[in-house]
Order: sequence, then structure tokens, then C-alpha cells
Amino acid sequence: MEPSTAPLTLCAKALSRNYGHRAVVREVSFELKRGEVLGFLGPNGAGKSTTMQMLSGNLAPSGGSIQICGIDLLDRPKAAKAKIGYLPETPPLYREFTVQEYLRLAARLHRVEQSALGQAIERATTLCGLTQVRQRLIGSLSKGYQQRVGIAQAIVHNPEVVILDEPTVGLDPIQIREIRSLIRELGGEHSVILSTHILPEVESVCDRVQIMHQGRLVYSDTIDALRRFRQGETLLVGLHRPPEPGQLAELKGVGRVEVAADNRFLIHFAPQDDPTAGLVSASVAKEWGLYLLSPAQTSLEDVFVHLTQREENERLQPAPDGTASE
Amino acid sequence: MIFTIAFKDLKSLFSSPLAWTILAVLNLVAAYLFLSQVDAFIAIQPQLVQLANPPGITEVIVAPLFGGAAMVLLMVVPIISMRLLSEERRHQTLALLISAPVSMTEIVLGKFVGLMLFLFTIIGLLVAMALSLYAGGTLDIGLLLSNVLGITLLAASFAALGLFISSLTAQPIIAAVGGLGALLGLWLINLSAADGDSALRYLSLLNHFEPFNRGLIDTADVAYFLLFIATFLVLSVRRLDRDRLRG
Repeated sequence: MEPSTAPLTLCAKALSRNYGHRAVVREVSFELKRGEVLGFLGPNGAGKSTTMQMLSGNLAPSGGSIQICGIDLLDRPKAAKAKIGYLPETPPLYREFTVQEYLRLAARLHRVEQSALGQAIERATTLCGLTQVRQRLIGSLSKGYQQRVGIAQAIVHNPEVVILDEPTVGLDPIQIREIRSLIRELGGEHSVILSTHILPEVESVCDRVQIMHQGRLVYSDTIDALRRFRQGETLLVGLHRPPEPGQLAELKGVGRVEVAADNRFLIHFAPQDDPTAGLVSASVAKEWGLYLLSPAQTSLEDVFVHLTQREENERLQPAPDGTASE
Repeated sequence: MIFTIAFKDLKSLFSSPLAWTILAVLNLVAAYLFLSQVDAFIAIQPQLVQLANPPGITEVIVAPLFGGAAMVLLMVVPIISMRLLSEERRHQTLALLISAPVSMTEIVLGKFVGLMLFLFTIIGLLVAMALSLYAGGTLDIGLLLSNVLGITLLAASFAALGLFISSLTAQPIIAAVGGLGALLGLWLINLSAADGDSALRYLSLLNHFEPFNRGLIDTADVAYFLLFIATFLVLSVRRLDRDRLRG
């Protein structure tokens, strides 16, 4: 999987959606390559689900265009939809069907050939770990299994693009881990778009991440860049016999010092000079009793605050070359 | 694709007790109607013999049976049709159909065909009842066929209207009450317009069914039913499309 040469499977341009006068999604543009897992991150009400609904053809965009493998979703919906698998926020399950019957229905609806039907269902059940429950009624399955049936439904016709809207919501930790590894597996041959409001989820399964805030894309980069972005510039330090915070601030490279509870300190620093080594030797020399030293992970909220502030600053002081972040 | 959706709906329908209960109760009511007509026929048979051109068993038994069944269907179809779209909307399962490569028209037609297949079983039971009269006489097949055609068109009209009303709401009960109200309204128009040629009378569904019941197939009546069905199916498609456009 070489992302730079893989063909584009999905291309959204200037996607917008208004409900009445309220703009829910504004000018969102992005691309997805084959084999890529793209995470859509954002707080509730950021417009993630609306974007997903538009990508899957369940909602008509107010503006912009969507192309699935080069086919325009709005001009040729049937041809484009055949290449999409979609799991909405609430899995669209018929409780009175058995898993097998339901998947057969989903496959038939997606125009899987009669001769390939058995194989397609077999593949989806195995992939989603449903073999044990294939004869059971969907209504009698646990939430985790129902979620898996929802995913199986989205991949039974082997689509190019799989769109999953909050696939791990309401599951227990073990189920979440299983679903995540399933999504990773799917990323091998399909392109996957995943929406969530849980940051670690994106970090564990996605190749690329996009953050939405109030209907806009405020961040779009690889997952490694997000990780650096989150943990780059702050250290969490615990000292048994702490000095005055002013002494800490005098160390080389230390920018600002925040005092936290239990003799802990948050030390901010500029990315180019890391004060870690200096801090450790100073602690040894002055017997501060260092017991904790770790890169502090900013929470999703911090990332949002940071991103939205950055956006506002840039709007107030436009960059000289005119490239404002999206 | 239409039939895939139709069979899916039929399966859902028959996996709930509702469909079976309706079939059983309906059959009971129809059988009671049928037997009472048979009784009446046996009672008046001696006088009929003295007439020069007496009405046959089809006119005395089968026509009233279908007439009664039409009234019962008016009340039953909204109960069956209520869930077609409103339940899908309530459980948010419509997304499965909409995100599949299927057009809105196919979804609506699939639902309509599914409901019609169920109504055909009801009509089939009525026909079987009528055919049982062969045990003791002969039937006027022409009259029977005209009744079957009439009740099929009537049931299809009920179904189309019920489907449309079901597309308006996410509450099956509201869909049922709304559908029943609309159908009763169309029936009452007939009663309130006493004079023969008023425009109101022309709107009445049962008024257009009556000639079929008497054995008269009028293209105007057929056209009325077909237009009625087409109108409400198109309205349902538009309504579903509007969901997608306005959200």
C-alpha cells in the first residue's frame, strides 16, 4: 500500500449542507485513496454525521460535489452507490430477520449476482466474526453483535468505499478492540471513512485524520502529525521535593510552568529545544526526587481549542502568502 | 429489485402476529357474511324459482360478499400499510434501502407490490370461498371476475393511499389513523352527496367500485382507480425524495 500512487476512491469538493438558514457543513473538501483509513473527528454536532449521510447518498448536499471512483454521486447515484457501503449511526437492522437472511437481503439490494451471493455472505460473516450467530434473529443479539451485523451489511458487496458512522459507540472495551481490529483489516482492500468523537480510536486505526468543528474542516493531516501535534510541547513532571516553580522556569529550554496537584508540574517548551535531559540532571543534582516524567498528551478538547484559536488568529492576521489553514 | 423489497416486506409482515391475526379475523368475517348470504339464498330459493329471470347464486351470494369485503378492507388496509414506511423511518432502517443502488421509485413500488401480494392472499381466500359454491351449483364467472378486478383495484387504491400516509410520519399508529380517516372520508363523500351527479360523488372510491360489484366494467372507473393509485405512489416517491433533499 503506497498512498502516493494508490488511486482515488472518493473525492468531495466544497461540500455544504444547510438546514434552513443554519449551515451545518460548510465547504468541506477532501480526498480518499484506496486502502486508506480516514478518521473524521469532532465534537457532537460538528457535522460529522451530516457529512457521512451526504457521502452515502442519504442526504442531498446543498452545494459541492462528490465523486466515488470517478462517478458523480449526484448525477449517477445508482452506479456510485454500488461502490459504497454505509453504516449509519443507528445500524439499519431488521430485528425479525436472522443474520443470514439480513445479509442476503443487503447483498441482493446491492445487486450482488445470484451466483456470488453465497460466497459474499460467507466472506462478510467470517470477516465480522458472525459465523456462530448466523442463524439467530438480529433482535436477540447483543449490541456488539448487532453493530457487527451493521458492519457486515456495509461490506457484503465488497465496496470500494466503506463509510462507518461512529461504529464503536455503546460497545464494551473488548468489543471496541475487536471492531477496531476489524476496521484495520478492512483498510487493506477497501477505503474506510470512520467518524468518531474519541481521539484514541482515531489514533489506533486511522492513517489520516480530519477534524471538524462547527461544520468546517479545521485540521487534516496524517495520524503521526496529529500525534506530534498533541504531545510535542508539554512535559508532565512529578517531584517529591519540588523547588519553587521559578527555579524550574530558569532551566534551559523551559518556557512556561504550570503547577498541578500532587507536586506535579506541566512544563511547556518550544519544539526545537527539549528540556528533558537538563531537567533530569538538575533534579539529580538538587535532589528534587523526580518520580514522574512523561510527555503530556493534550486531550481532544485542547486540540480543538488550539485549532480553533489558531484558525481565528489566522483570520485576524492573514498569513503573508495568503495560505490560511482549512 | 422491486421484488427483493416486496419479499422483504412480506417476510417482515408475516413474522409478526399482525398479518396472521388480520388474515384470520378477516376470513372469519367474510365466512360469516358468506354463510348468511347462503342462508338467505336458501330461504328465498322457492320464490326465485317462480320468477321468469331469477338472479343466480353469484348475484345473491358472491356480489354481497365482495361488497362487504370491500368495506372490511377499507378498515384493514390502513392497519397493514401503517408500518410500511413509518416503521422504517422510526427504526432508521430506510438508510439500508436508500444507500443501496436502488431508486426511490423502486423502493416505493417494492413496498406497494409487497402490500399487494398480501392483499392478494385475502382476495384469494374470498375467491376460494366463492368457488366452493361449485359444490351445489354453477357460477357466473363473468360476474365473479368483474368483482375480483374491482376489489383488486379498490384494494390497490387503499394500499397506495395508506403507503403515502405512512410516508408522512414516523409513528405507525398515526399513519393508521390518518389512513383510516382519509379512506372513511372518501367513503362518506359518497353518502353526503345524495344527488346522483355531483362532483363529490365522483371522488368516492366505493362509488367507483359499485359497477364492478354489479358486473359492469367501465373504463372510466378503471381509469379512476389507476389514476388514484398512480397519484399516491408518485406523492410517496416525492415525499421520500424530500426527506433526502431537506433532511
